[in-house]
Amino acid sequence: MTTTVEKTFNIFDILVGTERDKDFGRKPVVIQGMTGSYGSTHSRLMKAYGTNICAGVTPGKGGQRFEGTPVYNTMREAVEATGAQISGIFVPAQFFLKAAIEAIESGIKLLVAIPEHIPIRDAIKVLEYARENGARMIGPNTPGVIVPEIMKVGIMPAQPFKAGATVVFSRSGTLMYDVSYNLTSKGYGQRLCLGIGGDPINGTNLIEAFDLVRDRNDVDSIVVVGEIGGDAEEQLAQYIIRTNFVKPVIAYIAGRAAPKEKRMGHAGAIVYGNYGSAESKISNYAKANVPVAKRPAEVPELLANKLRK
Amino acid sequence: MRLLEYQGKELFDEFGIRIPRSHLAHTVDEAREGGNKLGYPLVIKSQLTVGGRGKAGAIVKCKSQDELELKFDELLHKEVKGELPLSILLEEMAEIKKELYLSLYLNRSKRCYSLISSAEGGVDIENTGSKVMVDIPIEGLSPQDAEDTADKLGLEGETVVSYVDFTTKLSMLVNEKEAELAEINPVAILKDGSIMALDAKVIIDDNAMFRHPELKKYEYVSEIQKQAEVSGFSLVELDGNIAIIGNGAGLVMSTLDMVSDAGGKAGAFLDFGGRATTETIYEALKVISKIKNIEAILVNLFGGIVRTNLVAQAILDAYNNNLMNVPVFGRISGADSEKAREMLQGSKAKLYNTVEEAIHAAVSTLSNSKGSR
Repeated sequence: MTTTVEKTFNIFDILVGTERDKDFGRKPVVIQGMTGSYGSTHSRLMKAYGTNICAGVTPGKGGQRFEGTPVYNTMREAVEATGAQISGIFVPAQFFLKAAIEAIESGIKLLVAIPEHIPIRDAIKVLEYARENGARMIGPNTPGVIVPEIMKVGIMPAQPFKAGATVVFSRSGTLMYDVSYNLTSKGYGQRLCLGIGGDPINGTNLIEAFDLVRDRNDVDSIVVVGEIGGDAEEQLAQYIIRTNFVKPVIAYIAGRAAPKEKRMGHAGAIVYGNYGSAESKISNYAKANVPVAKRPAEVPELLANKLRK
Repeated sequence: MRLLEYQGKELFDEFGIRIPRSHLAHTVDEAREGGNKLGYPLVIKSQLTVGGRGKAGAIVKCKSQDELELKFDELLHKEVKGELPLSILLEEMAEIKKELYLSLYLNRSKRCYSLISSAEGGVDIENTGSKVMVDIPIEGLSPQDAEDTADKLGLEGETVVSYVDFTTKLSMLVNEKEAELAEINPVAILKDGSIMALDAKVIIDDNAMFRHPELKKYEYVSEIQKQAEVSGFSLVELDGNIAIIGNGAGLVMSTLDMVSDAGGKAGAFLDFGGRATTETIYEALKVISKIKNIEAILVNLFGGIVRTNLVAQAILDAYNNNLMNVPVFGRISGADSEKAREMLQGSKAKLYNTVEEAIHAAVSTLSNSKGSR
């Protein structure tokens, strides 16, 4: 239950490594649930993008190969055979808890939890277990993470993203694509785009996500795509003020016109009273001097203004 | 899933959390029966999923059978925030010495469950100064933490024992039934020092419902919602005339905001998820066609995997099968968009390059048609 953030976690080292590494940009990734329809479609797309999908795990299908990639029964076997530290989890929600615990037990350091509809208690249990074992979870209910033009672990399409120096953190999948596409088309490529997830519990929350990039020289700005529900944006605004975060930050918030007490598609997108409302988020961002775009297409304009200063 | 008060109280009772003697009534006859059982005075409470019942006058004290018959009928037809009750709960009047506030809830920023309690009950917790908060481990609230909370609230004697018993049982309920929230406002301290739940607001984690067949009986879904759920869509019915369809909750929310900024009013929010096939779009249009007052459909699709000609085909099929007759305004970014435009020539559907253009066209078409009437 501690809220201390493990600042030493270096997501770039895990995802792509350093130039000294023999497998720089080709870090092995295991896909849990690779033989399912969702897992197989996206394993193919990830490989095509350049991700080193080294193994899949589906209990009962060990020993088979999926388009040349070996399939194992257990995570332990897959990790022993490949040395992977990253797992993309594509199993149905009801099997998520077991799959995630197994991944952490076998030594996985980064879990990318794609499925939606994961029970809250399961997400909390995985999060606590990950913390005890020095592992990190992205998601659940996330499109995943992409280092443009190098690799991706997730379900995002390739075309909106281009390499560059901006970072996008998003609570929504399609809006991450839409905003990144808008950035790309105006010449702002991305160093990293990471889906926080649309659920009430996020394995990597916005503050932890900011810690991943705050000291990096190859990142010059951050775009935060938020939405109604919870107080992640409010907490982030306080963090920006408290820690004197200097890189330019631009925000977008979806759901200004949404009614209260209605779940707007995402489990986490619900307003109770003022808690979770867009007004609360926008006013907190104002205190932290973070401009909030009214439309996804306005994000690059606001970013241009900030970078010019 | 938000439970009605009486449903939450059924769970309380199951876990040994004390509640007033009560009777659920759907008709005046059932209410009369309840009155005979409970005696007078009693209190009648409209069973609604929206908050603010007290302020709206949907909780009423009745001193006699005559009063009950009169007030019961009134309450049954009283709309609160657009919602009519299906039932009314009759309860005995408790002899209250003092009221407390108590809530166990999912603390999103701390990513754990927390307990929040106050010595001032019956009021809005956001405006209360003297709150006590404690984080709860995943196994549940410990008796020691509960006792410390009671001390901080200034409780004494028997009431401390009752409070510990009450809160630890509530924590057990939250764990076993996988609730996101169990709020009791107010909790009553009775004359004898014991405590009792006068209200119950319980929200169950929808995503955990597959583990709780015993709670299925509390589920109330409209026919339209059911159809949306079966297809894997998220649907929210709203009160405007433009239905918004898209592939992602955030994208649809964002479109809703822009429609509102442009002066339009959304009548439905429909996120059909990741798969944009002819079948899913057709299903989505089918769901929308059943919602009243929809005069235009706005489709906003984004993603490289979307095949726009498949979307166009679904729209044409919907017109050809007389599923709908309202215009469709679309922004569909993806492969084959030229072909999709050609396919839709001559139909009531039109594609635009940006979502802003599509929204503008939808809103001005609707306001023009209003003006010419």
